[in-house]
Amino acid sequence: MIEVVFGVFLLTLLVITAVAVVRTENLFVAVMLMSIFSLLMAANFFILDAADVALTEAAIGAGITTVIFLGALALTAQREKRSPNGRFATLGVISVLAALMIWATFDKPRLGDPDAPVHQHVAPWYLEQTPELMGIPNVVTAVLGSFRGYDTLGEVFVVFAACIGVLFVLSAGQGLDRGLFAPDPESEGLRHHLIPKVVGRLLVPFIVLFGLYVQFHGEYGPGGGFQAGAIIATGVILYALLEGEASALNALPRSVLLGMVVGGALLYTGVGVAGMLLGGNFLDYSVLMSDPVIGQQVGIVLIEAGVGITVCGSLLSIFHAFAAREAR
Amino acid sequence: MELLGYFNYWVFAIVFAIGLYAVIAKLNLIKKLLGLAIFQSAVFLMYITMDKVEGGTAPIIQKGIEGQLYSNPLPQVLILTAIVVGVSMTAMGLAIVVRIKEAYGTIEEDEILDSDHTA
Amino acid sequence: MELTLDILSFVLMTTGGAFVLIGGIGALRLPNVYTRLHAASLTDTMASILIIAGIMLQAGFSLAAIKLLAILIFLLLTGPTASYAIANAALLSGLDPQCDGSTVGAADGDDESGEELRS
Repeated sequence: MIEVVFGVFLLTLLVITAVAVVRTENLFVAVMLMSIFSLLMAANFFILDAADVALTEAAIGAGITTVIFLGALALTAQREKRSPNGRFATLGVISVLAALMIWATFDKPRLGDPDAPVHQHVAPWYLEQTPELMGIPNVVTAVLGSFRGYDTLGEVFVVFAACIGVLFVLSAGQGLDRGLFAPDPESEGLRHHLIPKVVGRLLVPFIVLFGLYVQFHGEYGPGGGFQAGAIIATGVILYALLEGEASALNALPRSVLLGMVVGGALLYTGVGVAGMLLGGNFLDYSVLMSDPVIGQQVGIVLIEAGVGITVCGSLLSIFHAFAAREAR
Repeated sequence: MELLGYFNYWVFAIVFAIGLYAVIAKLNLIKKLLGLAIFQSAVFLMYITMDKVEGGTAPIIQKGIEGQLYSNPLPQVLILTAIVVGVSMTAMGLAIVVRIKEAYGTIEEDEILDSDHTA
Repeated sequence: MELTLDILSFVLMTTGGAFVLIGGIGALRLPNVYTRLHAASLTDTMASILIIAGIMLQAGFSLAAIKLLAILIFLLLTGPTASYAIANAALLSGLDPQCDGSTVGAADGDDESGEELRS
């Protein structure tokens, strides 16, 4: 009961925040509200039993997306020009659509219904077979890494393609020596601010450590490659904000980041190909070791590492691409 | 109480409509991308709502506890990867918006169309 | 013993909740950025100490209590730093900390915090 009330409260806040994001004309405020929206969404996911998704939404939606939006705002405009009036037609059509969708929801099974069709088909099999076939407690990781490994491989390549795309779009039109490889030596970050500097330096190692914990504890608790990649990227972005972009690029040069993007995707594919060479199917980890259960575990750890490396490298490359571009 | 079981879906419909409205009606390109992100989140909310089983917990199997109900892991996996794809898409969109700003000097859709017609 | 701990933890959590409420009201009603920040920073120091202490009493001596302690330390380090960074940014963007009558009226707009940060 109390859970339902809390959920209703959070969802109401969610609607209010969404309206505020659309209504405000200051884009900076809109981006900040969007961060709050993502955090509320993460809290909702947590109440709905999706701990892994909540962690991902909090790290990526509320953290990294906000940073990328702010980087883009610095290069474009901070205010929206007032939209012309007379959008009533749009408003009307959208309201009718919303009303129809609300009407359609009455055909759906209510929240938490154990007899809903979603819970009848493959999900019980996953829950039943994971301890036997994989021997790991977190079913989400098992489904992500092994049962639906093709899907995750596809997602990794989407991230890979997006990273390459952003780098192409943003590095065009700027001299290679200036745009891509030499950050502004004047950018000092917050180096002259004592309090953020001291606290930040103290926190960065722990953020990265927590990221590694999330990476390697992903088989036993909420976590995994996607979340860990985002958390480690957040730690490095914090370092870049504190010490200036140049020092961050000294610590992790662009070539290393690109190597991470490519290497992670290659590691994932390599594990799949290794399965083929050892006589199984593509992405069949059971053949990696003599014991199929251990083989599955090794496979999942390896592909999660590949996912984490690719996500971390991509997000950092995208961040640096936005940060290095000059406003004109 | 029975009706509250549909509240999540109503919020999904409303947030979905808000995001779609921003994508269609707002002329600022960054506002459109924010609307798209809201739109996406609404879909995430619908999927995660479907995974909940009454009395269940997160699908992390605890040894030694018999008869424990677990929520459905499948929608969670789909949305977990979708969130990461969402941020990739947003970054790609923002990169293009930055280039549009450099080429046209504005990120308002009507002004971009105007300068295209006059040119 | 159980009862004493329960009562103590409920008292702590309720006081913490009250501080969150006070901080929220202050952040809405006070006249300018600095005073608002002063009210809002109450939530991430005093309130979080009280609430987490209350939850720790519920958790007892367990791994959960140690995790809560780590969260508390993290919040105590980051919260005040964030407040400092916001106040510093406001000062650098030329916002006058002196609160005379003129700024009070100006701050009563719609999305005022952003306006002030920008001006």
